[in-house]
Amino acid sequence: MGHFAKRARYVIKRLLQAVPIVFAIIVVNFFLLQLAEGDAVDVLAGEAGSATPEYMAELREKFGLDKPLIVQLGLYLKNVAMFDLGYSFRHEMPVLELVLDRFFATMLLMVSTILLAVGFGVLLGLLAATGLNTWRDTAISIFALITYATPLFWVGLMLIVVFSLNLGWFPTSGMENIAMFYEGWDRVFDIARHLVLPTITLSLFYLALYTRLMRASMLEQAGQDYVTTARAKGLTERRIMFVHVLRNALLPVVTMAGVQVGALIGGSVIVESVFAWPGLGMLAFEALFSRDLNLLLGIFLLSALLVVAVNLIVDIIYSVLDPRIEVA
Amino acid sequence: MSLLEITDLHIALPEGSQRPYAVEAANLHLAPNEILCVVGESGSGKSLTARAVMGLLPKPHVKVAKGAVNFQGEDLAAAPDARMRDIRGSEISMIFQEPMTALNPVMTIGKQIDEVFRFHAAMLGRERRDRALKLLDDVHLPDPTQIMSAYPHELSGGQRQRAMIAMALALDPKVLIADEPTTALDVTTQAQILKLIKEMQKAHDTGVLFITHDFGVVADIADRVAVMQHGRVVEEGPTAKILSSPEHPYTQSLMAAVPSLTPRPARPRSEDKVLEVKNLDKVYRSGGALFGLGKPAREVHAAEDVTLDLRRGETLGIVGESGSGKSTVARCIVRLHDADAGEIILDGADLRPLGRAALRPYRSKIQMVFQDPYASLNPRTRVGKIIALGPIIQGMSQQEAEDKARELLEIVGLDARAFDRFPHEFSGGQRQRIGVARALALEPQVLVADEPVSALDVSIQDQILKLLDEIREAMNLSMIFITHDLRVAAQVCDRLAVMRYGRVVEEGATATVFASPTHEYTKALLDAVPGKSWTPGSDTFAAQ
Repeated sequence: MGHFAKRARYVIKRLLQAVPIVFAIIVVNFFLLQLAEGDAVDVLAGEAGSATPEYMAELREKFGLDKPLIVQLGLYLKNVAMFDLGYSFRHEMPVLELVLDRFFATMLLMVSTILLAVGFGVLLGLLAATGLNTWRDTAISIFALITYATPLFWVGLMLIVVFSLNLGWFPTSGMENIAMFYEGWDRVFDIARHLVLPTITLSLFYLALYTRLMRASMLEQAGQDYVTTARAKGLTERRIMFVHVLRNALLPVVTMAGVQVGALIGGSVIVESVFAWPGLGMLAFEALFSRDLNLLLGIFLLSALLVVAVNLIVDIIYSVLDPRIEVA
Repeated sequence: MSLLEITDLHIALPEGSQRPYAVEAANLHLAPNEILCVVGESGSGKSLTARAVMGLLPKPHVKVAKGAVNFQGEDLAAAPDARMRDIRGSEISMIFQEPMTALNPVMTIGKQIDEVFRFHAAMLGRERRDRALKLLDDVHLPDPTQIMSAYPHELSGGQRQRAMIAMALALDPKVLIADEPTTALDVTTQAQILKLIKEMQKAHDTGVLFITHDFGVVADIADRVAVMQHGRVVEEGPTAKILSSPEHPYTQSLMAAVPSLTPRPARPRSEDKVLEVKNLDKVYRSGGALFGLGKPAREVHAAEDVTLDLRRGETLGIVGESGSGKSTVARCIVRLHDADAGEIILDGADLRPLGRAALRPYRSKIQMVFQDPYASLNPRTRVGKIIALGPIIQGMSQQEAEDKARELLEIVGLDARAFDRFPHEFSGGQRQRIGVARALALEPQVLVADEPVSALDVSIQDQILKLLDEIREAMNLSMIFITHDLRVAAQVCDRLAVMRYGRVVEEGATATVFASPTHEYTKALLDAVPGKSWTPGSDTFAAQ
């Protein structure tokens, strides 16, 4: 079909557009990290305690850190093009392996957070808008205001105190109970139990945001002319709300969610630290303090790819939701 | 026998409004197979009356306080919601002013029509589809199958309104309420839609309640007319009678304000050329690039080889429909847009290639009045400052500029006390006066007015047109007057340039163009003017 061909073309176009973006991100990241004081050798030497300047120079030569910057960049780009992200001297593992290992954990946390935030945000916004100025609307608005204003780390700690320590419903940290050697569905269930608190912590803020956005958007759409037309056709209020208004009201929420996926990765650093979640955020945090620049670059690259991919997905969803967007 | 009878209808406004009732003691009746036009200016309560019939008043603030809407023996004002839902869309249906916003943008036309069947009649999917296709064919839409799967934005304004009409007539309603259904359309499209409504009404014996502000439309379509003012029906009767011998003073004044289609007497043309536009070209481009994977490159030739010549003291009208390029030309002349090629000669200098700084001394010589008096004044700036700012920028002292602003406010017919107030405190007509004062503050030689009266009620429109004329006379201004309304053009312009698809297709003295148009398009435009058989203020109107 013509429509399908158009969409395929659109995806190809967007993928091609992503190439220079990713390239620019790699270059900018590279130079950005060069601005930081010190390198991996400084840290290694500092920890060893008694490194001579000769030994440090030798290490630098071994890691290729003595070459001119532009040569280092060229080498790095060449390696990235061959899916070689370098070697983490800190973890003594190839960066790619290390990053992919943690990638699954972060994806799991991110996807469940987005689904929770968008899903419940839309639902709560819908409930608030349909019961405008009733107790339901007021209660939802107050809930949104409080969660919006509460700092992430505090929510995380409080959830641990209440649900893990006092009630003992959920584990305090980690992604799974390694000691139990679960397999199959038991393992899935175990991971899901570990996932609950971090997901809630990370999504609360966004949940509040989408609730408010959805409510405002529903109210705005409810005042549009096409709603009057729908009433003039004799449709029920139910049908008008759920078929006509809802789909139009979703558009700004989807746009917002797409933009915020990037911010979510940043937010996950805190949550992953609080819950000892073995994700990219934790890894980035460690890499930062050990001046493990190769690893940091790898994480940046993967995050950038992730954001670019999510944006593409959001745009495709958007073009399905809103036929006025031209996919060509 | 009456199909619909509105008796003593009172519609209450929320407390604290300017007046307690939006509609007060309105009595109207509609017979089957009849078109009743309800005419009035904004705020007359005509639209709310229509909404009250449908049970679509903006709840809960605005409600029927008293009176009855009798529809075939049933009082709709007291009917429960569920019953009203049954009636809406099946027995009484409605079409609206702006077909773009009145259709759901993310739902196909087919699905929107289908909803009417689904909610009112037990029919199989197949049958519903066939009925919808037949409806689209009935309203003369090309290729109904394709229209079914099209979204509203993929249709033209006229096609959208046709689709709306198809949707409204889906279940053969006894009453069709049309709320200014042609106001947002071009004049030739308007003529077609009016014809279609009339044709459908005849074919289905529908009673049509037609809300409009335009007496031309009334003359074309109505069997009977009701005139509303401040929520009251002030006069009612057969069209021929109302149009030829209105009794109520308000009806008389309304009709007197409708510009006549007979052009005003020609004035001698000055030899002094003020502004010359030669071979102006402007192309809007979008999309393209990115190795051919971008959006398909789109070029719109908004102005092509436009040549105009404006003499001192003369008003040149540029007329055309939407998309004809008339506003583009105006904006290129004022240098709000940059033309791609051509010359704009003012005072012997070509303005087109001038940069920002070089252009500044010329800015004051050519000024613009905009269409929308609500959007064109900064809501957070006091009126006095809006007017005085131009001269101050051009180097006048603050005190002098402010004195001048006060003087100008008097000239445009406002109190000098308006100086310290904000734009939102004024009505549309008053704001347009402020807009004119702002343009005049720089003592321009040329005034470019882009549809300056199309957002205004007819009586206000009349006042603004008179004001522009007086000012042009007093200041010996030359004016370029952009309009889509040939009645307005006939009364204001000495010469006309008719534009279509970016080209000037015909140019000449107004009287000549009206009397003997040479281009096909000009003929079509003149033919489409609503109520052309009727001349306001005379009894030449012959009932159809």
